Amino acid sequence: MSVLIFIDHSEGQIKKSSLEALSYGSALAAQLGTTAEGILLGTVSADLPALGKYGIKKIHQASQDSLNALDAQVYAKIIADAATATGATVLVFSNNFSGKAIAPRVSVRLKAGLVTGAVALPETSNGFVVKKNVFSGKAFAHIGLSSPIKVIALNPNSYAIKEGEGTAEIAPLSVSAPASRVKVTNATVASGEVPLTEAELVVSGGRGLKGPENWGLVEDLAKALGAATACSRPVADAHWRPHHEHVGQTGIAIAPNLYIAIGISGAIQHLAGVNRSKVIVVINKDPEAPFFKAADYGIVGDAFEVVPKMTEAVKKLKGIA
Amino acid sequence: MKILVCISKTPDTTAKIAFTQNNTKFASDGVQWIINPYDEWYALVRAIELKEKDASTTVDLITVGAADTEPIIRKALAIGGDSAIRVNADSHDPFYIASQIAEVAKQGGYDLIFTGKETIDYNGSAIGGMVAELLDLPYVSLATKFDLAGSTATIVRETEGGEETNEVSLPLVVSCQKGVAEQRIPNMKGIMSARTKPLKVEEPAAVEALTSVVSFELPPAKAGVKLVPADNPAELIRLLHEEARVF
Ligand SMILES: Cc1cc2nc3c(=O)[nH]c(=O)nc-3n(C[C@H](O)[C@H](O)[C@H](O)COP(=O)(O)OP(=O)(O)OC[C@H]3O[C@@H](n4cnc5c(N)ncnc54)[C@H](O)[C@@H]3O)c2cc1C
Ligand SMILES: Nc1ncnc2c1ncn2[C@@H]1O[C@H](COP(=O)(O)O)[C@@H](O)[C@H]1O
Repeated sequence: MSVLIFIDHSEGQIKKSSLEALSYGSALAAQLGTTAEGILLGTVSADLPALGKYGIKKIHQASQDSLNALDAQVYAKIIADAATATGATVLVFSNNFSGKAIAPRVSVRLKAGLVTGAVALPETSNGFVVKKNVFSGKAFAHIGLSSPIKVIALNPNSYAIKEGEGTAEIAPLSVSAPASRVKVTNATVASGEVPLTEAELVVSGGRGLKGPENWGLVEDLAKALGAATACSRPVADAHWRPHHEHVGQTGIAIAPNLYIAIGISGAIQHLAGVNRSKVIVVINKDPEAPFFKAADYGIVGDAFEVVPKMTEAVKKLKGIA
Repeated sequence: MKILVCISKTPDTTAKIAFTQNNTKFASDGVQWIINPYDEWYALVRAIELKEKDASTTVDLITVGAADTEPIIRKALAIGGDSAIRVNADSHDPFYIASQIAEVAKQGGYDLIFTGKETIDYNGSAIGGMVAELLDLPYVSLATKFDLAGSTATIVRETEGGEETNEVSLPLVVSCQKGVAEQRIPNMKGIMSARTKPLKVEEPAAVEALTSVVSFELPPAKAGVKLVPADNPAELIRLLHEEARVF
């Protein structure tokens, strides 16, 4: 019995969402009176033994170069086999793009109950019940798992990273990786930018900004804050902004610490993607905009006047000239 | 070519979310049910477009649901698709649902199985990957573009902060999102012909559900918005820094 946590990486670095998964998995192992171990496929430049500070004792690493490109079918087989070999009874993934591709496959291989979108540690005093996000952030469900093995995919930004002391032992995993049936012919990552799903601060613009030429307003504030940028659906539909910035029911769902909505009305479908943000700030010239009902802070005013002053204030506070 | 499109039923995107029976059941009174938007706008429409390009293609729809899903499946047939299968079961366990779909898919010998990105009520984003594993097929998740030349699919999928182009031979499972196709409204001819299209009801295969919903919970209500005067944006920044401590 142990908890096995999948460590996801890109461009040689461990993803922040995986540090959350490690912290979560370690806390769960402590709760169950067992140990937590990690599994990493491929190679990274990050210091792996140092990941022990997130509470894991051991990292199983299969370091073939071919595994640096994530293939969900290949990964699922290796991870499920490792889980069986190490006697893992709970597997933890981040519910990010990689986790969504791999965790369902792993759960089938292990005939393990699956909960994706988990937002809290399981309740284990009577059974095994995991709280997950449902109805696009408008509610939670408590899901009971009855299978001997369980797979949990933790929503990004739902569990705080906890650092302690310790180093992890690296255990080489020898695997015969089956050939990938998916050929990746091209991959682009907007490098240097924080992926929206991992961002702690997000500045978002809507149709109130009138056109793409005005996005400097959003970008300047985001830059001063060190925030990622997002947008409402009509903005992406009109190609003012790229599709991957579109948040909401039909876009991506995020849960940053701060979400600043500029010129966005706050339609229910938009809220569905952002209502798990810890603090919501709304800048809108219409005092009746529905978004104010979901906001923590707000300014009723013209974005074109208010936002540059916010940017100035942030710069001043941070001592940026 | 044979395509199977997975169709699920969800509450309308504007439906009020509330629970009854001691927070164990979704309060469905007065709720309008729709086809899950990802299934309708993207998965289904792309399948229909492929059929329009190649008349030998057939598009079957599958839903795992009780009799009350039939209006949804009829609407999907009105948008397009040749026939539908309803597996008569009511479950929210992804493994159970995926196993039913895989069972039907095995018998039908499909070249391509489309699902939506996720159901907007359960938000699992799990069924596609599970079906693929059950059938030992490749699975491309979160596709934003899908093209087919012969038996090779070229798919653009979303990744963390970027995208990736994949080439895969059929058979294959794909989950679809925005970009794959454009929403279509059913026309009168479609609605009329949907009435007579075959809708087969099958009893579920014996599969054990591995999860169950114990209860639901609504998030705590917000305390209310704190408004800052428009002539003092610096005060808002101060509050965010010192009171909310978000940066
Ligand atoms: C099934 C379905 C799914 C959907 N999914 C999504 C989704 O995922 N994400 C999403 O965002 N939407 C989604 N929508 C669309 C949604 O219903 C709204 O239409 C959309 O969110 C509105 O975008 P907006 O707020 O940018 O624009 P608008 O509704 O046009 O609002 C613009 C706002 O800007 C304000 N404004 C104007 N000028 C200024 C100014 N100078 N300064 C300050 N404020 C100003 C206005 O007061 C207004 O409130 C969906 C709709 C449906 C039916
Ligand atoms: N009961 C169901 N019947 C048929 N297809 C389903 C069902 N539930 C989910 N799906 C399909 O699987 C996709 C992902 O669902 P989920 O994993 O529940 O988020 C949906 O977009 C549908 O295409």
